[in-house]
Amino acid sequence: MSLIHLENIEKTYHAGAPLHVLKGISLDIERGEFVAIMGASGSGKSTLLNILGILDTYDSGEYWLNGTLIKHLSENRAADYRNRMIGFIFQSFNLIPFKNALENVALPLFYQGVGRRRRNALAMEYLERLGLKEWAHHLPSELSGGQKQRVAIARAIITQPQIILADEPTGALDSQTSAEVMDLLRQLNDAGMTVVVVTHESGVAYRTHKIVHISDGVIGRIETNLDPAATPFGEGGLMK
Amino acid sequence: MWDSMQEIFANLRRNKLRTALTGLSVSVGIFLLIVLLGAGNGLIHAFEHNAGNMALDVVRLWPGFMSKPYDGLGQGHTVRFDNRDLRLTSAGFPGRVLRSTGELSQSSVRVTAGSENATGELRGVFADYADMNKVVVTDGRFVSPLDLSERRKVMVVGRKTAADLFGDARRAVGRLVVADSTVFRIVGVYADRGQMGSMTAYVPFTTLQLIYNKGVNVESILMRTRGVDTEEADETFRADLRRSMGALHRFAPDDESAIWIYNSTTGAKESAKAMGVLRTALWLVGLLTLLSGVVGISNIMLITVKERTHEFGIRKALGARPWSILRSVLLESVIITALFGYVGLVLGVVATEYMNVVAGQQTVTVADLEMPVFLDPTVDLGVALRALAVLIVAGLLAGFVPARKAVRVKPIEALRAS
Repeated sequence: MSLIHLENIEKTYHAGAPLHVLKGISLDIERGEFVAIMGASGSGKSTLLNILGILDTYDSGEYWLNGTLIKHLSENRAADYRNRMIGFIFQSFNLIPFKNALENVALPLFYQGVGRRRRNALAMEYLERLGLKEWAHHLPSELSGGQKQRVAIARAIITQPQIILADEPTGALDSQTSAEVMDLLRQLNDAGMTVVVVTHESGVAYRTHKIVHISDGVIGRIETNLDPAATPFGEGGLMK
Repeated sequence: MWDSMQEIFANLRRNKLRTALTGLSVSVGIFLLIVLLGAGNGLIHAFEHNAGNMALDVVRLWPGFMSKPYDGLGQGHTVRFDNRDLRLTSAGFPGRVLRSTGELSQSSVRVTAGSENATGELRGVFADYADMNKVVVTDGRFVSPLDLSERRKVMVVGRKTAADLFGDARRAVGRLVVADSTVFRIVGVYADRGQMGSMTAYVPFTTLQLIYNKGVNVESILMRTRGVDTEEADETFRADLRRSMGALHRFAPDDESAIWIYNSTTGAKESAKAMGVLRTALWLVGLLTLLSGVVGISNIMLITVKERTHEFGIRKALGARPWSILRSVLLESVIITALFGYVGLVLGVVATEYMNVVAGQQTVTVADLEMPVFLDPTVDLGVALRALAVLIVAGLLAGFVPARKAVRVKPIEALRAS
């Protein structure tokens, strides 16, 4: 079975007038894939990612993650899945503002019950790997956008999750740092992690290996893009 | 655990002003509770102290005047007690009246010893007057039954009078004094509890009757009783007294003003009831003050939770279990209440001790008796600790509602909150 298996996922929001966001999504993502979910705003792509990350629930259909049906999970089990299986990268970074870079990176390990000394050492190791060793004791407000996103990436991967879910990871960054971030994600994919990126930017989507076009709550075309360097938007090409 | 504590203290430090204000409402709440209870205790202790002037099994009778004509005597006729009343009350209520004694007094008596003199009242009493009225003899002895039967000219004076006459109270026993023109021997000195003004000296009842030509008159009657301490028994006893004495003095058995009856047991009960009401009222006010502190915490926790919703969303996305978030909010609330509650408690205890020093000795002089108005205005440590426990539980509850709200929000909704 695939790492992620979606079958006829439907989701309706009931805020005022009911809004049918996902109208039957079926999708398989294999272990080790580098996938982009692309669509205009309002197409339902973020909702889909939130469901994949167990941050949101769905109304009908089935979502199998690593062979487990993700439905009606207890809060505790959902928390544990998010903690051990999934790493999140957000457009707005979502770093905790009153914690320094090191503490932010170490936080997922805190929820695994790892001791302070060990988790700080690990966090420092990951920050160093991302070239942020000197910034470890700075607050997020003292970091640039690119640095913040790298801190967020370090935080996402410190638990060595199987899946990285990135929601518009370059949305708040300029084109050069965007390229750096996408490069980092590719490196993670090369190291064996499954990476799913949600974006509306072609320059981001075409740096992945598989592009799932979604519009108006349904999946349109699925493109394979095995050689990102060859496309005009791919690596080395236009970013934004 | 240590990690979560550090997180909480970091959070409290981030919002210093808010933490301080919340804490203040808690501190003030418990401070007021302690001070109120302390002040109330001061009043109650003073009252109990003053009420402790008479033994609880004593019933006292004073003559009054007739409120309506009866048996040939007109309205307003004054009743006078005499030795017959003593005999009647002694023998007439077997099982209820154990002993009946009389009291007489002669005022404006000048007592001299050498060149010193004191003016005041001589009170003719029976031997067990001291016991019934809690007169404490510090030197020598009180009037004895033998003094009464032999009509001895002996006297028991207050410490102050003794000191005035002889310089030192201890030197007074055995000395002779002249009261008006009669020589008395001082046989005892009693503690007059800082009595001010004119003196009161005790002499045998029979002696006073004889010397001051009182005939068989008795001013008031003091009885030791048994089994009249319930309201019902008291009512019956009063009715029986009025009927028997009415037959003797020719007043109507239902004439309430012909004799005045004071039963110290029921009197004590009345005052105990009043004290109970006072105590309840104080607790009520104190607890309401405390409640306003708790509402303050609850409010602040609601705001805190609202402000931190986004942060909680991040934490949930990173794998925080609901309990870890719930616990951090609850602990924060409990720490604020416990910490500031303790501060308020300590300040409250300090304040009551200060009250004790400043106002604890205040007295008011009623007639010639000095009474404390405020005595030992302090609070039991047990009560204080119980109040703190109530506060901590309240803090837990105050934190629980917002905390549960924080936990119930879906992670994605929490992340969307700004």
